[in-house]
Amino acid sequence: MGRMQAGRRTFCEAAIYVLAGLVATALGLPAGFYLFGSPRNEAQSDWVDAGDISNLPAGAPRQITFVRNRVDGWSVRSTKDSAWVVKDAPGDVTVFAPLCTHLGCAYHWDTKAGVFACPCHGSAFSRSGEVLRGPATRPLDQYVTKIEGARLWLGKTKASAES
Amino acid sequence: MAQEPVEQSGNSPVIPGGVAKGARNARQFPFWVWLESRTGVGGSIRHFLMEDIPASAGWPQVFGSVALFLVLTQALTGVLLAINYTPSHDEAYRSVAYVMREVTAGKMIRGLHHWGASFMVVCVALHMAQVFLYGAYKKPREVTWIVGVLLLLLTLAFGLTGYLLPWDNRAYWATMVTVRIASQAPWAGPYLVKLAGASEQLGALTLSRFYALHVLILPAATTVLIGFHLYLVRRHGVTPGAEPLGPNTKFYPRQAFRDVLAIFITFSILFATAAFLNVPIERMADPTDTSYVPRPDWYFLFLFQMLKLFRGSLEPIGSIGLPTLAILALFAVPFLDRTRVRRVRQRITAIGILLLATALWGALTAGAIASSPHQEAPAALEGISTQATQFTPEELAGLGWFRREKCADCHNLVSGGPKEGPNLAGADLQKPREWRIVHFNQSNRGAAHGKNGASHLSLAELNALSVLLAKLTAEHGRELDQAPQPLIDGAEVYTAHACGSCHRVNGSGGEIGPSLNGVATRRSKDWILRHFAAPQALSPGSVMPPYHFSKTEEDAIMTYLLSLPQ
Repeated sequence: MGRMQAGRRTFCEAAIYVLAGLVATALGLPAGFYLFGSPRNEAQSDWVDAGDISNLPAGAPRQITFVRNRVDGWSVRSTKDSAWVVKDAPGDVTVFAPLCTHLGCAYHWDTKAGVFACPCHGSAFSRSGEVLRGPATRPLDQYVTKIEGARLWLGKTKASAES
Repeated sequence: MAQEPVEQSGNSPVIPGGVAKGARNARQFPFWVWLESRTGVGGSIRHFLMEDIPASAGWPQVFGSVALFLVLTQALTGVLLAINYTPSHDEAYRSVAYVMREVTAGKMIRGLHHWGASFMVVCVALHMAQVFLYGAYKKPREVTWIVGVLLLLLTLAFGLTGYLLPWDNRAYWATMVTVRIASQAPWAGPYLVKLAGASEQLGALTLSRFYALHVLILPAATTVLIGFHLYLVRRHGVTPGAEPLGPNTKFYPRQAFRDVLAIFITFSILFATAAFLNVPIERMADPTDTSYVPRPDWYFLFLFQMLKLFRGSLEPIGSIGLPTLAILALFAVPFLDRTRVRRVRQRITAIGILLLATALWGALTAGAIASSPHQEAPAALEGISTQATQFTPEELAGLGWFRREKCADCHNLVSGGPKEGPNLAGADLQKPREWRIVHFNQSNRGAAHGKNGASHLSLAELNALSVLLAKLTAEHGRELDQAPQPLIDGAEVYTAHACGSCHRVNGSGGEIGPSLNGVATRRSKDWILRHFAAPQALSPGSVMPPYHFSKTEEDAIMTYLLSLPQ
């Protein structure tokens, strides 16, 4: 009789752990996938339409603005973005991301000095983006570009594309 | 390493067997010794599990534990849903659709939460019915019962506030009815409406207040009351049966096993329901859609039906008076029933009241279901996402012609690889409608393709393309671009035959004929086909001309019409 009761007790204890484990797994797995799985349709194109540059004069760098569509969860945000374009000839352009590679300040083109100058800590870059004066240690970030007809398309920056 | 001595707290319960087992474990794992000495958690758990329960306790007593488990499940799935939700009237719907459509296991988590709410109601009702039948509310357990009634009301309040959060038409209009009912409450009505942020219509204020109630106030109140309820259950113990069956036993392991098995069975059914049944989501809330017939969740259908029995000036009796009386009667149960009879078979009055209440609830609910419009989705709806059916026919048709006319050779709709023309969403397209029509028809587009640009598009088709571009935003365009082709084909037929001149779909079109939203819930496929062939035969006085479609056109437009949301 006692052995039967002990057996029943052991069965109940084992069943409690097994059933509770099953329920916890069935709840935990979807929760884990929900938290750490990648949403569908998350992938988005790297290319951004930066606009018609046929009227952009060759020579001095120009800052252009354009709209970038970013997928952000359930919404798509259209945000304004900018870039510096150095046009040497139609079809021959170099485009730089608009932030200094030192600490991310917005730099500008100093027409008199003929350099890209950062107002925050005095870094200077050449027309081709090379560091002329620190504290910045690496050249300006340059976009991968493509020209279709008259339109300029910007891909990733070359540094991020290589990494 | 020096082991700290285990100090026996003066308050620690002494449990035969349990302590011995715990002490053995404690000797094996120094960490547990330390934790136990500092917190006493292990002892408390053992104390909880080794509660004395009457030998008569058994399967009827499992519902309380199942209800507690469901509360925890609702809390977990609710937190998961909340991290992908925005309680604003322009984003709530999209965030819920995002969870359903894009988040891994999102449909399952929302299913568990949605159906879990119904399971909660059933389980709490069964728990209360068991307590009622067994007379377990009698002295000294009156307050335990009252707290239980409060928890029942909180469960219903969770259902009511959660219903609005997806912000679809169903949520909007059902909540509108609820708010109107609340406004009839004597004295308190106007204050309740103001508190709900619904003085004029439901909007951002209502949604954020319902959300705050659903995720902050109600959970806090529920936690406190469940804690108090459990404390009272422990204080007074589980109600013994009418006839003692022997000495008390321990909760663990036999009753614990019954509880866990009941939880396992309940969860298995809930899991299967969430996996195989679609959670309803209709089109985004449209306050201008006066054709919508709102329905509450199934457990409120009896109230919905009762309003039909009390019309005119008597309506507040059905909407406020009787429900308030019923709630007061529930609170008063322990004080109305002063008898000492506990044996279920002798509780004839209690059995009678329970059967009567169940029959009344069942009859009213059945009446409400019988008088509801046919809601079953037709086969054409299968596989078509609700999101895709929200667009106007012109937008969908415009997308169809955008693809067919190879506009995508030069343009991306929202984003994509480099092309000759601008991305249509977000680009500077502030061109007048006339310019767009000319562009679609002639020079620029033709030049881009190296041909003379003569177009074969009809005026309706050109108009649809123009509407597509005028309404296109990055957000909108991304969703539109995922619309399935059968839906687009149907919208093209609909637009090409100018159905929108007389009928309204998703807020676009004329109002000479009825709105076609939700037509599948009102008419059968066969009826619609016969109506196309001879409108006056089925709708005498109709000005609609007969339409004779090709088989392909007929399939396309039927798929489209039967997919239209409410």
